Amino acid sequence: MTTPARGAPSGGPDRPPPGKQILSADDIGRVLDRIAHQILEKTKGAPDTVLLGIPTRGVALAGRLADRIRRFAGHDVPAGTLDITLYRDDLRRQALRPLGPTDLPPGGIDDHRVILVDDVLFSGRTVRAALNALYDLGRPASVQLAILVDRGHRELPIRADYVGKNIPTARYENVQVRLTEYDGTDGVVLTGGEAQ
Amino acid sequence: MKHLLTTEQLSRSEAELILDLTGRMASAVSGREIRKLPTLRGRTVVNLFYEDSTRTRTSFETAAKRLSADVVNFAAKASSVSKGESLKDTALTLQSMGADGVVIRHPASGAPQRLTEWVDGAVLNAGDGTHAHPTQALLDAYTMRERLGGIDGRTVAVVGDILHSRVARSNIWLLSKLGARVRLVGPPTLLPRAIEDWPVEISYDLDASLRDTDAIMLLRVQHERMHDAFFPTANEYARLYGLDERRLGLMPDHAIVMHPGPMNRGMEIAAAVADSPRATITEQVANGVWVRMAVLYLLLTNGEL
Repeated sequence: MTTPARGAPSGGPDRPPPGKQILSADDIGRVLDRIAHQILEKTKGAPDTVLLGIPTRGVALAGRLADRIRRFAGHDVPAGTLDITLYRDDLRRQALRPLGPTDLPPGGIDDHRVILVDDVLFSGRTVRAALNALYDLGRPASVQLAILVDRGHRELPIRADYVGKNIPTARYENVQVRLTEYDGTDGVVLTGGEAQ
Repeated sequence: MKHLLTTEQLSRSEAELILDLTGRMASAVSGREIRKLPTLRGRTVVNLFYEDSTRTRTSFETAAKRLSADVVNFAAKASSVSKGESLKDTALTLQSMGADGVVIRHPASGAPQRLTEWVDGAVLNAGDGTHAHPTQALLDAYTMRERLGGIDGRTVAVVGDILHSRVARSNIWLLSKLGARVRLVGPPTLLPRAIEDWPVEISYDLDASLRDTDAIMLLRVQHERMHDAFFPTANEYARLYGLDERRLGLMPDHAIVMHPGPMNRGMEIAAAVADSPRATITEQVANGVWVRMAVLYLLLTNGEL
């Protein structure tokens, strides 16, 4: 299940070695099962709830969570897409970012519980941008955050309500989330540690 | 690329990127509660207009404001230009004020190019002389793509005063680059000389050009740039090159009628045609805001296209 580590573990005892697979395809499936159950538990069956995925990989994750909630609870939770590019705070520093679509479910987000879904939680800046984007689109009753991997190093007072896995990382390392929808395979890999 | 001066300088993929972003901008802002994005907050866009303009200036202003940029409007008639200030000195003034983007319209072809030597910010050509008007061509291309489902392989007739038209020039380069067949139609006196190198067909007969046309683009007869007699009378021009209902009937049912505005009703376009559902004139104006948002986003966020 694991790919061999390409270098010696750098850093603390609980930090995975670089190049190491952190979640396998089966792990991701189980993690998403658990998050879907947690959403149902915490929201008492997820009434008036909308899942909004943040492009790119958050969109697929939101769709998978909606499928699972339908399977577990027998009712539909609409899933949509929230592109946050135009709300980023690093547009002047980064290379050009293409814009993604924003697709809200037909019922909109007003007075709904919105659960933002993304693959990796890092600085928290993407979530900050998503919150601003959300409040220009309507007035949700509440907003929660579901994340596949929390890698730490927060720069803003933001936390996730549902976390797939906490992974201690160094700042210069890279957490690569691969999903079948985009990459042909499921998995989470930590890379880039040995290069520094 | 740091500036937008002509469509000739755009590669096909750059042009397509702008058109894709235009669609995203339209859907990012339309139909939502707050029709404003914070993308260009704290950045300054100067509208530097040495020629009269209603729609282009307000369109750029609206686009910049939708992206939360600060907009400074500078009309030459109400400025130190009327006291004799040169373009260079005006540019240096803007430079010291810290303009991140300068939108310029100027009666002299090439003025925006000169401006790039004097200011650090992005220069956006909003029409220079008879040379280029790239955002107009981009909004025309976007309108065609929306209405006809694409540009590749379509036939576009550009009719009228090609000689004085920067809109025509920018459209010729852009549309041919995007795979359209471009046909220029007009009296020989209003077609430029030495256009053998242009990627166009030429026709002097409007009726014969209509049957296979997917989009017709009518140009305003620019009296203010005409210092010679180019055609005998306005009536004769309208009879030979004006689009009336009979001629509209000769075009395929899906074909659209475009006009960059301002129109001379009864001259190049009959009032009934201008008001028909096949005319895209008001759509072009609406699309202009999205196109300019896309261009401002590209040039003012990271200075790269």
